[in-house]
Amino acid sequence: MILAEKNFQGVSRRTLLTGGLAGGFLLAFHLPVRAGAVNEPVQPPDDTAGKFAPNALIRIDSSGTTTLVMPQVEMGQGVYTSISMILAEELDADFARVALEHAPPSDKLYGNPMFGIQATGNSNSIRAWWPHLRTAGAGARAMLVQAAAKQWQVDPASCTTANSEVMHKESGRTLSYGELALAASSEVPPKDVPLKDPKDFVLIGKPLKRLDTPDKVNGKAIYGIDAMLPNMKFATIKTCPVFGGKVGKVDDSAAKKIPGVQKIVVSDDFVAVVGDHMWAAKKGVDALVIDWNEGPNAQLSSSDIWRDLRAASEKDGAVAKSVGDIAKGLSTGDRVEAAYELPFLAHATMEPINATVHLTADSCEIWTGTQVMTRVQSEAAKAAGLPVEKVIVNNHLLGGGFGRKLEADMAVAAVRIAKQVDGPVKVVWTREEDIQHDVYRPVYRDTIAATLADGKIVGWKYRVSGSAIMARWFPPGFQKGVDIDGVDSAIDMPYDIPNFHVEFVRAEPPGVPTGFWRGVGPNNNVFAIESFMDELAKKAGKDPIEFRRGMLAKNPRLLAALNLAAEKSGWGQPLPDRVGRGVSVQPSFASFIATVVEAEVDQQGEVKLRRVTCVVDTGIAVNPDTVRAQLEGGLIFGLTAALYGEVTIDKGRVQQSNFNDYRMLRIDQAPKIEVHVIQSGEAPGGIGETGVTAGPPALRNAIYAATGVALRRLPIDRSLIAGKKS
Amino acid sequence: MATTLTINGEAKSFEVPAEMPLLWVLRDVLGMTGTKFGCGIAQCGACTVHIDGKAVRSCMLPVGAVRGRAVTTIEGIGATPAGAKVQKAWLELEVIQCGYCQSGQIMSASALLAATPNPDDSDIDAAMAGNICRCGTYVRIRAAIKQAASQRQS
Repeated sequence: MILAEKNFQGVSRRTLLTGGLAGGFLLAFHLPVRAGAVNEPVQPPDDTAGKFAPNALIRIDSSGTTTLVMPQVEMGQGVYTSISMILAEELDADFARVALEHAPPSDKLYGNPMFGIQATGNSNSIRAWWPHLRTAGAGARAMLVQAAAKQWQVDPASCTTANSEVMHKESGRTLSYGELALAASSEVPPKDVPLKDPKDFVLIGKPLKRLDTPDKVNGKAIYGIDAMLPNMKFATIKTCPVFGGKVGKVDDSAAKKIPGVQKIVVSDDFVAVVGDHMWAAKKGVDALVIDWNEGPNAQLSSSDIWRDLRAASEKDGAVAKSVGDIAKGLSTGDRVEAAYELPFLAHATMEPINATVHLTADSCEIWTGTQVMTRVQSEAAKAAGLPVEKVIVNNHLLGGGFGRKLEADMAVAAVRIAKQVDGPVKVVWTREEDIQHDVYRPVYRDTIAATLADGKIVGWKYRVSGSAIMARWFPPGFQKGVDIDGVDSAIDMPYDIPNFHVEFVRAEPPGVPTGFWRGVGPNNNVFAIESFMDELAKKAGKDPIEFRRGMLAKNPRLLAALNLAAEKSGWGQPLPDRVGRGVSVQPSFASFIATVVEAEVDQQGEVKLRRVTCVVDTGIAVNPDTVRAQLEGGLIFGLTAALYGEVTIDKGRVQQSNFNDYRMLRIDQAPKIEVHVIQSGEAPGGIGETGVTAGPPALRNAIYAATGVALRRLPIDRSLIAGKKS
Repeated sequence: MATTLTINGEAKSFEVPAEMPLLWVLRDVLGMTGTKFGCGIAQCGACTVHIDGKAVRSCMLPVGAVRGRAVTTIEGIGATPAGAKVQKAWLELEVIQCGYCQSGQIMSASALLAATPNPDDSDIDAAMAGNICRCGTYVRIRAAIKQAASQRQS
């Protein structure tokens, strides 16, 4: 996503270097380097007395423990480790002795510099924070050095640092950061603090072990759903199955008889059952007899939504980018047109959505795992009728986020339930409710018309039609009819095309809530662009990689990735019948990636993933092993959607309900995956979503190569690619 | 009537309906939150525990059906030779991302290795296909099982 920092309120360096420490250690987050604190739900607000707290991210106590406060959330992407590596690198902290804390809600202190709000998404944690983290670490280091130099009465420039110690080589003296913590607190950081030369990095670029994983092998890691409080009740929820519908009449006589059921909470659009445990709550919900007022969407179906979207996509859109003369471009050479369609998708995080709330007359405390700390706080405050500062949010590890936890709806519903419960209540959605009341990846329809002359593209007119998620979620990202997410990788065209034009048509599906889904706008754009590139290559009579190479001269990083992917994948080597290789390239999220999928299509149209080769230039790979892991996992996530992912609507209801009918790729279907990380000195790019975007078009193109069938819609329709009947 | 179970070698007593799934007894009654809820219909494997050493999905297993049998959960699996090897390999190969499914993955892998010390790919497929990972860590899970299998009994 291209959101220039200057366009949005960012966290200034000054904020980071001078900001105090609001809130503090409020959560049951446990890392092996930090003793205790597991399952102790409420910690007293931390204070910084006796600690060196030079900014909102770092504190060092007199024992030398360096605590790093994590402004971004950990949902599996490894960012707690990467952020810690960057801070510790410039601080010269002993990495074996860092402790981590989840940040409390504060846009001012912990706002994502690209968004201006405390949000984790868009694969930008490292991109957005890179300079700020380095400066924060380097500034703190300078203050420690100044304190030591003062004590020794030497020039600070004659001191060096390593492993949480300041050293004065000439005199052989050393002082630990712990010993210096108090004195450093009264130092002022230098104005232009020097940053390390990347060649001197000792942590960044090394495949270090993650800090969050040791407690994930033994059951100690605490996710939002694991919050346990004294006298806690457990609730689960039944929302009107039709989008926008309301509760009519409720017969709860059977539910009330179930042992362990404590209370039935009837709200506007849902009914919740509160019990002694989830089992009672779930049995209670199952026993409810509810008449719903289904409302205006009661007859809504997927076919209506597609009919409307297809009609909308035939109209002109708002211009997102125009280069050259598109009318002239489209009247030159051979013209090719195609339309690509993507379905609604649910997130299906392995940890179903949940929130635990303890509401009193003048306070609200929440335990959850969210990608949007301050939004949960402000939305919960509204629901509770309390001022924002009366709402405490304890964030936890996330059992997957994928964009679902960029929404605050779970916290709001839990507050509404908590209003009718004495003491804390944990609200957990069943998988069925989680899938049927998601905020869905929107349906998209992309139309592209292009012209070819001398084996190259002369004109390219690309229209994206679908939801404007930004208009709801982040209004500055929706301007003059263009959703910056919707056209993100459409306007960031990697190929050199002289006449180039991109439009956006806002087409909101009635009734169905839409939101960000891992890979966001680029998922749609890259699928359409890269699928179409293969169709154009065929029309031009060229090999798909050769065809792309011819238009990538001005994009050397992507070209290098493509060349290496061709080599590593064995591109061009013979394959058996009905086996094909497909390629995709993308400059999305500021990382340059080329992917080759090798797949086999059997006579029934079933697809077997044989092998994936992925090459990435993400700039400086802060933790190269994490980069590999994110691509491996992201590819599986995207390929899962390509093979199976589709949420459909009938009578205003989602037809899928659980993993039996909303299928996931499993280990026995997973391909071999090789990821090659190109060494680079460029600033870090984004990585968490890139594999998701890369997989589907490469698979689609592999199927095209294997069968000759040009699929234009996901998920893959087996009936179109089955072998000919004998 | 109180139910008594032996969980990770310790006797635990509680009063719940006999048809209540073991998952919710562990999580909500005993506060052992390492075992995860994922689907409730034995489709995802997040809730996997061992009953007498065999991997089972606790979300559909009535607690009344396991009286007198040995229950092992993720909190106790490190005390078994196979479990310890699996945990070690999981960390060495940095399998884990969000980690939510990994309690179940580790329980399934430990049961596999205890029964089949040198599993081949089809053994791994058969034992692990019931465990979904949304982060997509399958490539590393397979490699880590092989690495754990190659380590000597410690």
